[in-house]
Amino acid sequence: MTVPNPNAATGLDGDQPLLEIRRLGIELTDYLPPRVLVQDVSLTVRAGESVGLVGESGSGKSMTIKAAMRLLPDNANVSGDINFDGRSVDKLSRSELAAYRSGDVAMIHQDPRSHTNPMRTVGEFLIEGVVATRQMKKSDANDKAVALLAEMGIGDAGRRMKQYPHQLSGGLLQRVMIAASLMNEPRLIFADEPTTALDVTVQSEVMAILMEQIQDRDLGMLFVTHDLDLAAAVTDTLVVMYAGTVVERGRAEDVYIHPRHPYTAALLASRPSTTQVRRLVSIPGRPATAYEVGDGCAFAARCPFATEQCRSTRPPLRPVDDSQVACHRSEELAAVLKEAASA
Amino acid sequence: MSAIALDNTTTPAGARRSKDKLLVVSGAVCLLVALVAVFGTVLAPHPPDQTDVLNASLGPSADHWFGTDGLGRDIISRAMAGARVSFAGAGFIVLGSAFLGTTLAIFAAWNGGWVDRNINRVLNVMFAVPGILVAVLASAIFGAGFWAPVIALTIVYVPFYARVVRSSAVRECKMPYIEGLELAGVSSWRICTRHVLRNVSPIALAQATIAFGSALVDFAAVSFLGLGVQPPQAEWGLMVADGRSEILSGAPQQSLVAGACIVVTVVAFNVLGDRLSSRIGADR
Amino acid sequence: MTTNEVGGAADSRPNAGITDGTILPSRRGAEVPADTPSAILAVENLTKIFGRRGQEHAAVKDVSFTLGEGDSLAIVGESGSGKTTTARIVAGLETATAGSVMIDGRPVTRASRGRRQRRADARMVQMVFQDPFGSLDPRQKIGQGLRELLAIHYSLSSSAASQRVSDLLRQVGLDDRHAGQLPRTLSGGQRQRVAVARALALEPKILILDEAVSALDVSVQAQVLNLLVDIRQETGISYLFVSHDLGVVRQVTDNCIVLNQGELVESGPTALVLDSPRHEYTQSLLDAVPKPGWKPRRRTS
Repeated sequence: MTVPNPNAATGLDGDQPLLEIRRLGIELTDYLPPRVLVQDVSLTVRAGESVGLVGESGSGKSMTIKAAMRLLPDNANVSGDINFDGRSVDKLSRSELAAYRSGDVAMIHQDPRSHTNPMRTVGEFLIEGVVATRQMKKSDANDKAVALLAEMGIGDAGRRMKQYPHQLSGGLLQRVMIAASLMNEPRLIFADEPTTALDVTVQSEVMAILMEQIQDRDLGMLFVTHDLDLAAAVTDTLVVMYAGTVVERGRAEDVYIHPRHPYTAALLASRPSTTQVRRLVSIPGRPATAYEVGDGCAFAARCPFATEQCRSTRPPLRPVDDSQVACHRSEELAAVLKEAASA
Repeated sequence: MSAIALDNTTTPAGARRSKDKLLVVSGAVCLLVALVAVFGTVLAPHPPDQTDVLNASLGPSADHWFGTDGLGRDIISRAMAGARVSFAGAGFIVLGSAFLGTTLAIFAAWNGGWVDRNINRVLNVMFAVPGILVAVLASAIFGAGFWAPVIALTIVYVPFYARVVRSSAVRECKMPYIEGLELAGVSSWRICTRHVLRNVSPIALAQATIAFGSALVDFAAVSFLGLGVQPPQAEWGLMVADGRSEILSGAPQQSLVAGACIVVTVVAFNVLGDRLSSRIGADR
Repeated sequence: MTTNEVGGAADSRPNAGITDGTILPSRRGAEVPADTPSAILAVENLTKIFGRRGQEHAAVKDVSFTLGEGDSLAIVGESGSGKTTTARIVAGLETATAGSVMIDGRPVTRASRGRRQRRADARMVQMVFQDPFGSLDPRQKIGQGLRELLAIHYSLSSSAASQRVSDLLRQVGLDDRHAGQLPRTLSGGQRQRVAVARALALEPKILILDEAVSALDVSVQAQVLNLLVDIRQETGISYLFVSHDLGVVRQVTDNCIVLNQGELVESGPTALVLDSPRHEYTQSLLDAVPKPGWKPRRRTS
């Protein structure tokens, strides 16, 4: 059951983004002054589009998708708009919110073990959502769960349904989580570092399965990760966050090969290469959080190209070629940044 | 928040605004009672032992704020004097059992294996024994007074500590830094006292605060039964017992005041201990 | 002013200025023959079985390798490969079920070590763990922690000890201000630096890094890896680098061994193993690493 949207103009649904986040701000109110974690973040996800949200610690990426599902703690104050299918997520009533969370969107968490009940079988876990919200009968739900597990590449799905989470490996359990997220036919999937805790070979397989499902069902996906290479491989659009703000946004191939923000370029350059030995490029200092940076560009303190203007005025997110970049000097640094990233 | 996101909370900046009101209030009450216990005899309006049979069992008045007891002694002064004895009793019990319990807990947690298992077995047996009965037994054998119940209750309270501190110690011993210290050649003794103990002490302290309330009640109960502190010594439990006969004659002041002192003190310490425990949980 | 500034204090180390990705001349990637007299660590037929009868699990099966003096060897594998268990046995934190571990020609035994023996062993092998948040006593200031370690092994006057603490902090790119701080005010990268300083305080011959950079942000990881490279260059210490990350392994190690489910499947110079792997498991590891042009693939089963 999805939230009916009386405001969706007929015929224009195709242009309406599935998820639209506009000028999102998040601050913690139990500090004096309130601690800002996310500032002025805007992004959209269209049906069938995969958007990667990339950042390090303190970037605010996890908080952003939690806000989109209204999963933030009470002490977090949210400003700005989050709209799903034209309707404001913030203004949903309790029952509408429940319908939204159980029918329109689904979330895949980083650690499957802390999001599954160890006392219930895999089968019970898979069907409890749809059965509790009366979307399906128990027997139908069971059949669907078995079918989904098989699609995940889990052989012997019937037997697996009767097992408990501790009997499954991390990779297997994460595949169960993906199946669970698809049970209620969502239109948008939030994936919060779904493969970070997995071995790299397992990650490859799990991501392949997830991408297959996204493409087959024409779902939207907001994919949070710290791994730029992974994000570039599996998403259409990349949104790079630093210290609670968006610093760059554009098509994945574009941002990956031709970064236009010094932070993106530095991030790309600091990955250790498997093919060449060289002095690693590091960014001095450590990743900042929104409340630690003053006026001016969030990255100025660590940026090798920072000027006085960078330190005093916060650069707005503006179009540069086909991307959106929050940097005063993006155009003049274009060549340098491209070279730094491809080295 | 995911484990990766937590990395950003390492800088000190700004003050947390949320104040734990219960913590403050209960802490203030405990402090107040403690001050009375220490300075009570100085602050008391009347000497606690001064009898005045002509003015016995009076209700509250300007001269005697809470009235007098069966022998004409000022109730509030006796209550203040009694605070000292009650506190001393509960204090010794808590300190003694905390020391023994923590030592036992860390020893068990560090050594693990059969040492841990057997210590646990002993503790489980001790848990099963009701404290008051042991105290009564001790008084019967060694004579009534202050020390027999205190020592008995100290022993009885050891397992309460040991259990809580042990689970905290076990968790601490599994931390990588402990292994790092072992690897660096630091002696077991030093690791346990300098590192494990230090990190386990907040929980021990919170537990001690909660135990204080129970110890106070138990100690008062033993005196109430006549097997603890003896008259004319002022002690809350004793006063409650003493005042029983007067209740029927319409003068409940003594039992009421003494009982109220016990209740307020115990509740304050329990709440304080509870809030301290929550703070420790939140900090981790 | 917080010593945890975002901008980072100037790293006073020699190679610190080189952050532009210069390709360095290849280090000694030549094969280290197994019976080289300068092998500081020799592991032979190492086996470790966990569990009681009927429920046994072999974590390490018959693994053999050597580490040359001043060398850097990677133990590569995924979860369940036995790499951490192997490292822990070398460190003396676990006992082997079978096989031998010789450090500097002497066998490593864990059982019934006297205090003197434990202290002597501490000067041979030290370890940096994965979790930066559990690696330091939360209630002990950094400087005090270092001093504690020094006091156990060296008899230094108070001022000499303070000097040594300063030197160690500087060696890992921190400074004196950090000595007076508690771990909770430091970031993950800084805590790992402290962990390295603590390990180096005892001047060990072998430093084991058990996924020491895995929990760090990528930009911070690069800093710590550069630091480790520099330290090895300066001190000639030997590294045993346990990691699942092939990029990290490439940058920091000269030789590597690959473990799969407790078995050694491939070994050799790191460059050779990663450029032309001979075993299919190594190949599958390489194929699974996201890089330009990579797409996730289902296992063909």
